[in-house]
Amino acid sequence: MAVSSTPGLTRAGKNPLSQLFNLSWPWRIMFGYLSIMLFLPMAALFLKASTVGPAEFWRIATTPVALSAYEVTFTTALIASLINGLFGVLIAWVLVRYDFPLKRLVDAVIDLPFALPTSVAGLTLATVYSDNGWIGSLLAPLGIKVAFTRLGVGVAMLFISLPFVVRTLQPVLQEMEKEVEEAAWSLGASHAQTFWKVILPPLIPPILTGVALGFSRAVGEYGSIVIISSSIPFKDLIASVLVFQKLEQFDYAGATVIGTVLLLISLIMLLAINILQAWGRRYE
Amino acid sequence: MNRREAKWVKPVLITIALSYLGLLILVPAANVFYQAFKDGVGPFFNNLTQHDFLNAVWLTVLIAAIVVPVNAIFGLCTAWAIARNKNFPGRTLLLSIIDLPFAISPVVAGLMIVLLYGRNGWFGPWLESADIKIIFALPGMILATAFVTLPFVAREVIPVLEEIGLDQEEAARTLGAKDWQIFWRVTLPSIRWGLLYGLILTNARAMGEFGAVSVVSGNIVGKTQTLPLFVEEAYKQYQTPAAFSAAVLLAFLAVVTLVLKEILERKTRIKDVEE
Repeated sequence: MAVSSTPGLTRAGKNPLSQLFNLSWPWRIMFGYLSIMLFLPMAALFLKASTVGPAEFWRIATTPVALSAYEVTFTTALIASLINGLFGVLIAWVLVRYDFPLKRLVDAVIDLPFALPTSVAGLTLATVYSDNGWIGSLLAPLGIKVAFTRLGVGVAMLFISLPFVVRTLQPVLQEMEKEVEEAAWSLGASHAQTFWKVILPPLIPPILTGVALGFSRAVGEYGSIVIISSSIPFKDLIASVLVFQKLEQFDYAGATVIGTVLLLISLIMLLAINILQAWGRRYE
Repeated sequence: MNRREAKWVKPVLITIALSYLGLLILVPAANVFYQAFKDGVGPFFNNLTQHDFLNAVWLTVLIAAIVVPVNAIFGLCTAWAIARNKNFPGRTLLLSIIDLPFAISPVVAGLMIVLLYGRNGWFGPWLESADIKIIFALPGMILATAFVTLPFVAREVIPVLEEIGLDQEEAARTLGAKDWQIFWRVTLPSIRWGLLYGLILTNARAMGEFGAVSVVSGNIVGKTQTLPLFVEEAYKQYQTPAAFSAAVLLAFLAVVTLVLKEILERKTRIKDVEE
């Protein structure tokens, strides 16, 4: 029934090639736009990378500066997304299960990292966490420096990856039936047992999805980090900033190689996230 | 609620959650407004009337005004194609492809555009002979912004289109309505909130994009500088008050976006209940 009213595909014949030429306007606009905006630029990147040659590609991709930049980017992003995994679960739990004043406002504030431009986030985090900032001045006597260190990179990544776990977990928590928990209690399960054996298992796929989304976002983040870090190689230089620096020096081959490595990792992350989401649907 | 939960659990969990949000989001957000207005509104308005600043505002608005409608058309076409055709080979793949710009680092997105249209890029020699400047100019910035905001409208409209189903459109068709009449009179009114939500998200990201635009713009003061770039440049030049004056405008935009988002979510939720 659905097929009979879809002019997009049914006007075309069965032959895939003839289908391609008989597509309706929305399809043509979609493919045309995707080709110009997405496929063409990606092809340009991969072709440029292939002209570098495998040996040279490997050499540029594994220079000490590059290796250190990957390490800073991926380790920090992993730690940040795991911390947000933990706090995200807590925040989602508090928002779904408890009532407290200004709850709606707190719920809306979670999305601020999505809405606030990254350069503004970087500017204000760098100010608040600098040695004479509101929070930084409290940490400075303890010998903790945040702005212009790797810790600052971590704080920026924490900020931008915060909403993901909360937002993937919230709907799942909301739909979870209280009866199941109550059944577990009435059967004599302790509080801890109920949590670990009944509540947690269906939450694991959304938590992992949220962590993966946050990680992927943190790895790609540029705007806030370029402001809060000092971008010094081997210290707090991240991969995106390295790509930018290479471009500024008109080192197109270098920028392309590091950019390709980043792109490939993003694609792998996207695949992993899709698999995690498919896994999560089993519980529905 | 939960009678077997110890009494201290709730306040402790709420306190931890709120402290974390406070340190990471609320204090930095409050700081933007404090820094911008700590010497009163005088210096703020003084910064706002600087020529470079006004230029950055104009450019930011102009880019959003071009990118939002273009991506809306693409998003509507894509949403229609995907939501109205449930079984075609590669549908899941297509959905992932549309999401790609969210997964790609903005700097890499900018790099791709430079590799295409830059002086040493694929179209570089041809563009140079035709005297068209894309990189370090407005067209490149528009391309970069359109790239990073590409998925929003499609993503918000697809679920709405899937939910409303085909009945009304089919009824209209049986009554003799043309395709575009069905779109304007039947489809568009029923997807309007989803579409509006997508447009708001596109606009917020378009006005706030930094990384991709930064790569392709060259950040030429007064010429190819948008508001987010102005914020970074002013900060780097130790003109922190000017940076915060611009930042507070962008933060205001973010707050408006969140408020509109909340209203739209409430609207769609109420509709769900009615049904």
